[in-house]
Amino acid sequence: MSALKIENLDISYGDSKVTHGIGFDVAEGESFALVGESGSGKTTVLKAIAGMARSWTGSITAFGHARTPGIDRGFARQCQMVFQDPYGSLHPRKTVDATLSEPLAIHGVGDSGARVDEVMQSVGLDRRFRFRFPHQLSGGQRQRVAIARALILKPKLLLLDEPTSALDVSVQAEILNLLKRLRREQGLTYLMVTHNLPVVSFLCDRLAVMRHGRVVEVASVDQLKRGELQDPYSRELTRFSASHPKT
Amino acid sequence: MSALLEIENLRVTFPTARGPIDVVKGLSLTLGRERLGIVGESGSGKSMTGRSILRLIRAPGKVTADKLRFDGIDLLAQSERQMRSIRGARISMVMQDPKFSLNPVMTIGDQIAEALLTHQKLGRADIRGRTLAMLEAVRINDPERVLGLYPHEVSGGMGQRVMIAMMLIPEPDLLIADEPTSALDVSVQAQVLEIIDDLVKRKGMGLILISHDLDLVSAYCDRILVMRGGEVVEECVAGELRNAKHPYTRGLLASIPRLDEDREELPVLQRDEAST
Amino acid sequence: MATTRDWLLDDSPSSRLQARLGRSYRLSRALARNPLAMVGAIIVLTLILVALFAPWIATHSPIGQDLANRLKPPSAENWMGTDELGRDIWSRVVYGARITLMIVALVAVLAAPVGLVIGAVAGYFGGWTDRILMGITDIFLSMPKLILALAFVAALGPGIQNAIIAIAIATWPGYARIARAETLTIRNSEFVAAVELQGASSLRVIVNHILPLCTSSMIIRVTLDMAGIILTAAGLGFIGLGAQPPLPEWGAMISRGRSFILDQWWVATMPGFAIVIVSLGFCFLGDGLRDVLDPKHGDRQ
Repeated sequence: MSALKIENLDISYGDSKVTHGIGFDVAEGESFALVGESGSGKTTVLKAIAGMARSWTGSITAFGHARTPGIDRGFARQCQMVFQDPYGSLHPRKTVDATLSEPLAIHGVGDSGARVDEVMQSVGLDRRFRFRFPHQLSGGQRQRVAIARALILKPKLLLLDEPTSALDVSVQAEILNLLKRLRREQGLTYLMVTHNLPVVSFLCDRLAVMRHGRVVEVASVDQLKRGELQDPYSRELTRFSASHPKT
Repeated sequence: MSALLEIENLRVTFPTARGPIDVVKGLSLTLGRERLGIVGESGSGKSMTGRSILRLIRAPGKVTADKLRFDGIDLLAQSERQMRSIRGARISMVMQDPKFSLNPVMTIGDQIAEALLTHQKLGRADIRGRTLAMLEAVRINDPERVLGLYPHEVSGGMGQRVMIAMMLIPEPDLLIADEPTSALDVSVQAQVLEIIDDLVKRKGMGLILISHDLDLVSAYCDRILVMRGGEVVEECVAGELRNAKHPYTRGLLASIPRLDEDREELPVLQRDEAST
Repeated sequence: MATTRDWLLDDSPSSRLQARLGRSYRLSRALARNPLAMVGAIIVLTLILVALFAPWIATHSPIGQDLANRLKPPSAENWMGTDELGRDIWSRVVYGARITLMIVALVAVLAAPVGLVIGAVAGYFGGWTDRILMGITDIFLSMPKLILALAFVAALGPGIQNAIIAIAIATWPGYARIARAETLTIRNSEFVAAVELQGASSLRVIVNHILPLCTSSMIIRVTLDMAGIILTAAGLGFIGLGAQPPLPEWGAMISRGRSFILDQWWVATMPGFAIVIVSLGFCFLGDGLRDVLDPKHGDRQ
């Protein structure tokens, strides 16, 4: 069964259509990347899947169930999202502990103390950070908290919106390693949006290249590594990444 | 050729609740009419170095140096008024995000013209001609139309090119570019950097390119300083970056994923206490 | 490590309580570094203490008349002199602190939460909810506060309770506006999106995630408004629609003293001083709180 199947997806904001007939398939346990430049509609696709973009037509099927527009609590336990900006995605007045306990409280899961401990350990956050506020954490630590928050409900699918583009390269390496390990350990499926092809090459199995709201090509990462992408636009992107590999 | 910029023992200090903290700790450099790259991660003090050259560090931050000379002028001894006539006219700075650097209620043409007029007296036709020529130089295809646009009506890449046009039109001797392309798409990035590169070479300016991106800096500079925690840990010729000696630089280089990545895990820098 | 201060400033607190106390401690230290805010805090604290211990601080009864000693200037016996019925002005000012404090506290308790909730709901849901709630708010906002309060008191009848209700009705729209503006910026932030994606109900998002971020600007605004509320209450008292005699309300005292302002200046001036000092105190404290609480005004470090 595929974890996520998207067919003929048109998403619009107000009167303007942002994507046109998007379609791709993510297998369970796979790591899939949506690649494109700003304005290509890649983040919008992620938002539609999560339920934040509400006006779309077409079909989104997750784990065999069709999604309807909007957020639903059942789906929230299967699929969570990690945002790009670790500074904006944590509530400034809540400690790490409060941020991580909130999803458990929403879903009435007990034993929050132990669950928070466990998830912090799995993302490599030391115990002493538990009662810190976000401003007492570095960017990388904040992103670990954001990942922990996404994982605490034990979802099967993670939506990653440029999870490392706001971080320093050395921190990026730590977070990428972490994401890779978590996927291996917990059998997660990733759908990652990024503009950074080297990151795709490190973390993903397949990718879809998007431009102006359309998928221009779906390829395997092996093809990317060997420089065998077919579409001229994909090749152009690859060329820019190779000439001076942007971090 | 005499040095364009000489810095000796530059320190930038900020007071905090737990005593003063040096964000730049005794940096020295000499710059001719060449392209110098300063790389480092956030908190390395690279931006503070750029800003302190223009004396743009706001109180309570403090800048001290044994020597901070630009083309024979002692920058630390200049009054605020004298500094204003140096900024823009002789040393220009391009910042990261054009959205925050352009005035949202002035047309692009007016802003560029103002940048020019602040430092020179010129007739109307002259200004228009120079502005158009400058927009062409930053490869804006229909400058006539762009002149009348407001900043929100142009894309990020176009906005950054306008910024560069504004900064270069008074023909400064030194351009400081602080992460000039990090807010832009990769395809536009290359364009913008090439424009800067081309203009710098043609006019024989000095360039300080500040970035977190090692590859970018090594592609567009002659010489590179690697900064960490307010200090320069390594200085090398751009082409030699791959053979860098300092463990920090090597660590940084290794931690960047490559397009043909086949490592199972990326090497991670050892941190001295996960910094708070 | 053993001292309380170290415990409070610990970078790695080990419990929720310690984290919260640490935060409050840091804020109060920041406030203590601001001299004007400290002056304001001392004035407000003094007001509270005077109100609490009025019977011990006052030298006479606030309503006891002594017609033999009418309109006496300040002296050792009557520190601020006496009024036209021979009542000790110092004692009346001291007891007046109770009335002022009650007005201020009740208005804050009535108006701030109403404004906060209406503003947050309007801002969070947007659309028609927003249009209707803000329409109502605008109707109230379009009328000057004192006139609006006057109209309500006129309708409800003069008296201190009605004055408080009237002032509260005139004050909440301002808070609703602020809360809505704050909510609009918070609503689009990623941390709100994150809790929504976890399946949190709207009630939960508003109460747990949005309101806590609105409260600091609300506290600042309420503190700054206190001066205005005191003045409005005094104004209502002055024209006889607020506290009724013989209650020692400061505005009413000035009003009665104005017939003697040229010959017996102290009758009107003493309560006037009290109003000015207390209003200033709230302003200073509000400004100080803004510097400490409001991140937009530069969260140093």
